[in-house]
Amino acid sequence: MTIQIKQLQKIYKIGVERVHALRGVDLTINKNEFVAIMGTSGSGKSTLMNILGCLDRPTKGAYILNGKPTHKMNAGQLASVRNREIGFVFQSFELLPRQTALKNVMLPLVYSSRNWLSARRLAKRALERVGLAERMKHKPNQLSGGQRQRVAIARALVNEPSILLADEPTGNLDSATTAEIIALFKQLHDEGQTIVIVTHEEDVAGHAHRIVRLRDGRIMSDHPTDEDPIHREWMKTAAAAMGELTARDNAAASVTVEAAP
Amino acid sequence: MIFFRVLFQTVFLALGQIWANKMRAILTTLGIIIGVAAVIAVVGAMSGLRGFVLKEFETFGAKKMYIWGWVPRELRTTMSWSDVRISLDEVEMLQNHAYAIDLITPTANARYDITAGRVTQRGALVTGIWPEWHEIENRSVTRGRPFFRIDMDERRQVCLVNDKAIEELELPRDPVGRFIDIKGRRFLIIGIVETKETSPMFGGGDSQSEVYIPFETSYQMNPYNWIDCIAQLRDPKLAEEGREEVRFVLRKARGLGPEEQDTFRIEVLQSIIDQFNKMAAGITAIAGGVVSIALLVGGIGIMNIMLVSVSERTREIGLRKAVGARPAIILNQFLVEAVVLCLVGGLVGVLLGQAATLGLRLSNPEAMERATVPPWAIIVAVAFSGATGVIFGMFPAIKAARLDPIEALRHE
Ligand SMILES: Nc1ncnc2c1ncn2[C@@H]1O[C@H](COP(=O)(O)OP(=O)(O)OP(=O)(O)O)[C@@H](O)[C@H]1O
Ligand SMILES: [Mg+2]
Repeated sequence: MTIQIKQLQKIYKIGVERVHALRGVDLTINKNEFVAIMGTSGSGKSTLMNILGCLDRPTKGAYILNGKPTHKMNAGQLASVRNREIGFVFQSFELLPRQTALKNVMLPLVYSSRNWLSARRLAKRALERVGLAERMKHKPNQLSGGQRQRVAIARALVNEPSILLADEPTGNLDSATTAEIIALFKQLHDEGQTIVIVTHEEDVAGHAHRIVRLRDGRIMSDHPTDEDPIHREWMKTAAAAMGELTARDNAAASVTVEAAP
Repeated sequence: MIFFRVLFQTVFLALGQIWANKMRAILTTLGIIIGVAAVIAVVGAMSGLRGFVLKEFETFGAKKMYIWGWVPRELRTTMSWSDVRISLDEVEMLQNHAYAIDLITPTANARYDITAGRVTQRGALVTGIWPEWHEIENRSVTRGRPFFRIDMDERRQVCLVNDKAIEELELPRDPVGRFIDIKGRRFLIIGIVETKETSPMFGGGDSQSEVYIPFETSYQMNPYNWIDCIAQLRDPKLAEEGREEVRFVLRKARGLGPEEQDTFRIEVLQSIIDQFNKMAAGITAIAGGVVSIALLVGGIGIMNIMLVSVSERTREIGLRKAVGARPAIILNQFLVEAVVLCLVGGLVGVLLGQAATLGLRLSNPEAMERATVPPWAIIVAVAFSGATGVIFGMFPAIKAARLDPIEALRHE
């Protein structure tokens, strides 16, 4: 068992106003799962991810990561949990602009007590895993959006975390690049990585093996992907649209063929 | 362990940051640079001045004590200078009873006409001295012999002359054995005393003709002559003790009551040197005060720039925390950056101060010959700039360390 949360609540206080971002979430994620978290905007996905990533602390409830109760830890202990156990991928990449890709990937190892001696080698290997062996000396502004996100993923992987968390990793990318990044996540999952990903896009979620849907701070549904009713509905319409598109493409192709002398 | 490794990396990171923002770093640390440069230059100049003054005093004799009769201003109407003249008895008393005094000689300066053959010099300086004078004044004879006690006891009519006297009296190069007439008495020249270079500081410069005769002989020639007294202390450290002893002996000898003022004056060169040293220390302390103000101002500049840096790099801090940097390490990073900035400023200041000192030495080679910046001043200046970094970097660093990773990452 990797992640176990019980009756998790998160309340933000803005002045006297209290915002219930999470209203009692129970969730268990096992080793080598590939989970997509979905939900409308403001449903608490990022709040949940931040707590899973130990970036934030729940107001109430328990979060046990690999058997350790993180809700009882102080800031320093949480920092080392983030360093050892968690790889976090952000929507906006969050790379250090003046550092090369390699240096960016090495960053978590700077704060790691076990892997720093072989930091360079590990960072190179992580970049190779995400297919960026050729771009190690490039700075973020010399890379495309997809490449930047690959660097960020390499950074998340470099310390061999037990879970990889990604909050809308494809939110800033076009559809072609999104497909590449999703393929990369699938590859990592095949290599044994536990992955939790937040997304708005059903086709992205479709590559996960399990979809957890949030609404208003609560879990609305939690199904394997092929049993998820919303996803199946979406698949149907998508297939129909796709069929239409294919038909139209074929027609267009025949038109062009006819037009040719 | 991580702490020291990160510390090490942070130093390089901070140096890189400073190098990348050279102009900003210079402007930020200007207060520190100027402060440190000023104190280094002042310390250098003071060391030069001290070296100069001490050298002057050394050639003059730091162990010397001058004693002379003095009528206090309030008693001028009732007392005359002849009443307060140092007597031979008092000199002997001092010699016997003042432990701090090693050697002592009375001196009696008079102006007499001197004739050597056909040459007459009017109003030449003739000084009556004891044999101890040679050692006290560090003036031995280059030819012939010095005075001995017997010359005093027998009131012999013998004299010592210096080069200038030989020249002005047109005596042969080796006048030992010749006779000259002083105030109509025949004196045998028994030796030549070397003329001592005195520096312009003590009104020396061109030497004048000098003729020395035994003190007892001079006393006989004019018993009403003014008498001064020069003593040599056993040790320069005994300056104050010696002064008190002499005062005690003379007051007792003169029967001065507790209410009465001294009718004599005592001056010890060492005490002048001490005074000078105090003054130099005072000036250095004032310079130190100025520097601490400069460091304060510089420190506020550092704090300001570090706050700017923390706010500029909020996202970076958030990211570093997100990948596992503990608050202590973030604190350490920003503290090190502030300290490195201040140390660089301090070192630049030291270099500028050194350059100023060197310039001082080259532009004024005579007085500033010994102007050097002592290592302690450099160490203290650098340590203080480092401390400024710690003190003024602390608040921004704490601010950075306390940032919430999520909030920081959301920062624009
Ligand atoms: N720092 C905060 N202070 C106050 N309220 C917050 C804070 N962060 C989130 N919230 C609130 O908590 C609720 C959940 O926010 P959250 O960011 O988790 O939503 P989300 O599901 O990630 O939405 P999106 O899909 O738009 O990213 C929202 O109502 C939001 O306004
Ligand atoms: Mg969100």
